[in-house]
Amino acid sequence: MRLHLLALLAKEPAHGYELKQALEQTFGSAYPSPNIGQIYVTLGRLEKDGLVKAVDVEQSNRPNKKVYYLTAKGRETLTLWVDEPTEGPRVRDEFFMKLVLAPLTGIADRMALINRQRRHYLSLMGDLNDLLSRTAPDDHVQALLIEGAMLHLQADLDWLERCQEDLT
Amino acid sequence: MTPVLKTVHLVKIYSDGAVPVPAVRGVDLQVEPGEFVAVMGPSGSGKSTLVHMLGGLDSRTSGEIWLDGQRVDTLSESAWALLRRKKIGFVFQFFNLVGNMTVADNVELPALLAGASPKEARERRESLLGALNLTERADAAPGQLSGGEQQRVALARALANQPSVLLADEPTGNLDSRNTRDVLKLLSNVHKEGQTIVMVTHDARVAGLADRLVSLFDGEIVDDGRIARKRTRTAGAVIDLR
Repeated sequence: MRLHLLALLAKEPAHGYELKQALEQTFGSAYPSPNIGQIYVTLGRLEKDGLVKAVDVEQSNRPNKKVYYLTAKGRETLTLWVDEPTEGPRVRDEFFMKLVLAPLTGIADRMALINRQRRHYLSLMGDLNDLLSRTAPDDHVQALLIEGAMLHLQADLDWLERCQEDLT
Repeated sequence: MTPVLKTVHLVKIYSDGAVPVPAVRGVDLQVEPGEFVAVMGPSGSGKSTLVHMLGGLDSRTSGEIWLDGQRVDTLSESAWALLRRKKIGFVFQFFNLVGNMTVADNVELPALLAGASPKEARERRESLLGALNLTERADAAPGQLSGGEQQRVALARALANQPSVLLADEPTGNLDSRNTRDVLKLLSNVHKEGQTIVMVTHDARVAGLADRLVSLFDGEIVDDGRIARKRTRTAGAVIDLR
């Protein structure tokens, strides 16, 4: 989450709760709502590394709040992140490990594993369908994220079929 | 409750070539009213052959097919065709619309053939084309429509006679995502209204609407079970954004 917070702070200085809100507003319910504690911990680490600085802002009848802003070093780190290509999804698939290893133990057979997994993927897909139908038409960020998730699931299902053809 | 569809040890062996090829090898399937069944499996697993036999488009080699409590595989060709007009809607990957009839007539025809009055057929057509955002295309010829629009017309046509069961074979096979979305919406709506659907598909989005999955492999059912709803709250539960 470090770089996401840096990106938000590059726009304008903010305190922890504002960052939480900005993430929620940008990604909608498509993004697991960040835990405020986790945001403060991350900000603390960023400050320790010299990527952000905090100033105390006095508030009437409430404790001071810390407003964070980006340092030059923070901006440099952010630029590097934006400029470099992002790693694609790697196949580090827990199910595939099960599929290959489980029959060796005699605990389960591959056909049964594949069938159960297929239904699991489809139930996720059904939920994404629901989620997409509840997404406002102009909420492109959320809609694209859901569509991305659907395409990943489609690939997983196609792969499952390949496994079924060659391993059972 | 009488199942809408039932097969008993249904078998199809293609024997046109030198070697007989078994495509469907003893399928027992029962579909209850209102169920939405997705049929999946690798190519060559027999899924298209299965739904074609259910729809009377392909003859069985042995076994039984029951539709609304009536055995149909032993009917004469013409009696089966008559029953099919009333009770079955079919939609394929390629739309098979009648080229020299308007979109409206293409959709009304099956209802009229099934015995609906012209007024009923027109009302049904208007509501289906409306649901698929095709009202303005009613007077066009199919050839003037995009592939996606033609497929939506084909779906409207398949539903025009209010069939006991909608059979579909890769209905979104060559649709882009926007057209797929319209098709998904209509399928989901008619299913909610109680339409029974049996659909062969590779498209996980369409299959995700179903409440039951039948998996075929080498002509046999290797899995048959419900598709649970998990109540995923976020796409982030599927794609890890962090």
